[in-house]
Amino acid sequence: MANFTGKSILICGVGGQGTLLMSKTLTAGLVAAGYDVKMSEVHGMAQRGGSVSTQVRYGEKVYSPIIGRGEADVLIAFEKLEGARYSNLLKIGGTALINDYEVMPLPVSSGAAEYPQNIYDEMRKGFDLRIIPASTIAKSLGNIRCTNIVLLGALVRVFGLELIDWNAALTASVPPKVLALNLAAFDAGYQFEG
Amino acid sequence: MSNKTRQLLTGNEAIARGAYEAGVTVCSAYPGTPSTEIFENLAQYKDSIYAEWAPNEKVATEVAYGACIANARSLTAMKHVGLNVAADLVFTAAYNGVGAGFVIVTADDPDMHSSQNEQDNRRYAQFAKIPLIEPADSQECKDFMKEAYHISERFDIPVLFRTTTRVSHSKSLVTFGEREEQSPARYVRNIPKFVCTPAFARKHRPELEEKLKALEAYANTSPLNSMELGGGKIGVLSASIAYQYAKEVFPANASFLKLGFTWPLPMDLIRTFASNVETLYVVEELEPFMEEQLKAAGIACIGKQVIPPMFELNPEIVRRGIFGTEPEVAKLNLDMVPRPPALCPGCPHRGFFYVLSKRKDFVITGDIGCYTLGYAAPLSAMDTCACMGGGFSLGMGMAKAFAQQGITDKKIFGVVGDSTFFHSGLTGAVEILYNKGNMIPCVLDNSITGMTGHQDNPGTGFTLKGEIASKIAIEDVFKSFGYGNVIIVDPQDLKAMQKAVDDALASTVPAAIIARRPCILIKRLKHDVGKCQVDRDKCRGCKVCLKVACPALHMTDGKTEIDQTLCAGCQVCAQACPFGAISRLDEQKGE
Repeated sequence: MANFTGKSILICGVGGQGTLLMSKTLTAGLVAAGYDVKMSEVHGMAQRGGSVSTQVRYGEKVYSPIIGRGEADVLIAFEKLEGARYSNLLKIGGTALINDYEVMPLPVSSGAAEYPQNIYDEMRKGFDLRIIPASTIAKSLGNIRCTNIVLLGALVRVFGLELIDWNAALTASVPPKVLALNLAAFDAGYQFEG
Repeated sequence: MSNKTRQLLTGNEAIARGAYEAGVTVCSAYPGTPSTEIFENLAQYKDSIYAEWAPNEKVATEVAYGACIANARSLTAMKHVGLNVAADLVFTAAYNGVGAGFVIVTADDPDMHSSQNEQDNRRYAQFAKIPLIEPADSQECKDFMKEAYHISERFDIPVLFRTTTRVSHSKSLVTFGEREEQSPARYVRNIPKFVCTPAFARKHRPELEEKLKALEAYANTSPLNSMELGGGKIGVLSASIAYQYAKEVFPANASFLKLGFTWPLPMDLIRTFASNVETLYVVEELEPFMEEQLKAAGIACIGKQVIPPMFELNPEIVRRGIFGTEPEVAKLNLDMVPRPPALCPGCPHRGFFYVLSKRKDFVITGDIGCYTLGYAAPLSAMDTCACMGGGFSLGMGMAKAFAQQGITDKKIFGVVGDSTFFHSGLTGAVEILYNKGNMIPCVLDNSITGMTGHQDNPGTGFTLKGEIASKIAIEDVFKSFGYGNVIIVDPQDLKAMQKAVDDALASTVPAAIIARRPCILIKRLKHDVGKCQVDRDKCRGCKVCLKVACPALHMTDGKTEIDQTLCAGCQVCAQACPFGAISRLDEQKGE
């Protein structure tokens, strides 16, 4: 990336897991902090259950909204297999933050294929792997749907984004009635010692 | 909304804002990825803009064009293949010109993220002889919209405004401006201008060529085209999202000619630029649209010999093409299982396709929509899917071919959705009746335009703005055509669905099936949702339930298990189970 001095974040998961709210909150924080920001989402064919990914890039000046292979600084996966699938976009030695959670794809549930068992072992070979039980933490807080914000908190920790006002970003992007839950989720993700 | 703050917007949101700022007052479109959100966002300006969902792109373009004839700045927007539907008008509108400004947005889909082809609609600008504008980020989406209306009015011509998926769906920062309120002149009839008889068309024909010459002269000085001289030997001609990729890949001293106005090409400007550099690269996604024109004009350049002519570009692909470099990528030994799209848990289409999947003598001609997923294994219940409306008419052609070949053991079901029915299924339904087609037209009526993200259509009873509208009953349409046996069935009731199929096949008068149940994701409706569970004592592990292709089902230790976070309680699997091993949790409790 000769002309790019910023950072690239890749968020992936299964449609319906809340990747969009996470990227919305993340970009709100980055914009408020004064960065140039671009974000690109891929909408799959179906409404739910497909593989989804969002790319967020920020820095002094961002041209391309998307990256090629080996260019992401950090990968956040809401689902283990999706983390493996998109890891070719992560740079060697980059941080892979993986939610320890499996959603069976149709070929597996129909018995035509096996869910890979060696994902963590393989990812450790190329990346700085951080496993976080974000969905378990979210459930213990009362709602699995705040998995996304648990992961955001963890990202802020591993990526050193503490200087941004995340309380304000969350207040701007989540409905008031679930703000307290999401603030707790953020904190739990941030505090998690992996 | 404060006007001076920077907001992170998608290209589509910015186009809607741009239309607002341009003083547009009439807008009509049909949804299609990646264009849909333009009109969803226009709805927020309802005090100043009339915006609607039309039944199809041709109607939408005609409505918008009619509005411009009546001196209202107007907009239509569609996905790339939508322009094929609308093209009839576009070529003639180029001859006639406009009243007030008229802009057609085409959102192309390189890489076919959610499309059946990746046609490069820049060719349409050249083909239809209308100017082409291509923004490269969201700020340009907004700003160029305003300029598009100025160009349309100044040169008396429709403007084609082309985005790609990455321009439409990626977000970048946008600073807002003020709305240019228009004071339209009162409409006056103008027969020579707007009645396209051959005599008038022959008069317009050379005028159009003059307009194009004037547009090329304008392009050479247009603020939409800009030169950045870097002092190095390399020059890059680029436009749209490819410009962003090129900016990241080429060295800082490379010179750029970035075009936002891409047809007619500013040939004088390009010649000047070419004379400033030693090597000229043309970096463009899909077709060699600019490169061909440069080469025809005798301007040496390197383009598709290094940049792929198909699929989406990205910085990696451009870098490989220009410099031959490969990225360093971790090599993992993983057997990656695909996660193909599937009908959602609780999808009403599941029951229809499950019932039809059981018969090997059925031919099922499908169409564009969520229900295309009926093709996917293990349902595998589809023979064709090609274009909007083809679900009926392709089946008709097959029926006639079978008849000619003496094939009598095939039963043909033509399948379209409710929105597709109004889009272009109507004419196919007429064709089947008029020409005695031996097939059964089926409408999978989930009461919404599903795959594009839930837009209203003439069958839902609501408009784009959410206002109550005339709800056109599909059964009344079939009956009024002359279908004597219109069978309405809930596809989630497998026995009833089976009976509907049997009845249609046995019918002595023309039959049609309407499989009606609203999409379970429609927010304004209350759905009977619940959770199903497997009685592991009753389950024999026969896997019959897996044939309904529900993402919530999987096998654990030789028996079926239902993912409670995914299950919607539709009970299609429970009806498929031969051993009564699956039931709804709330019904078990006797609730």
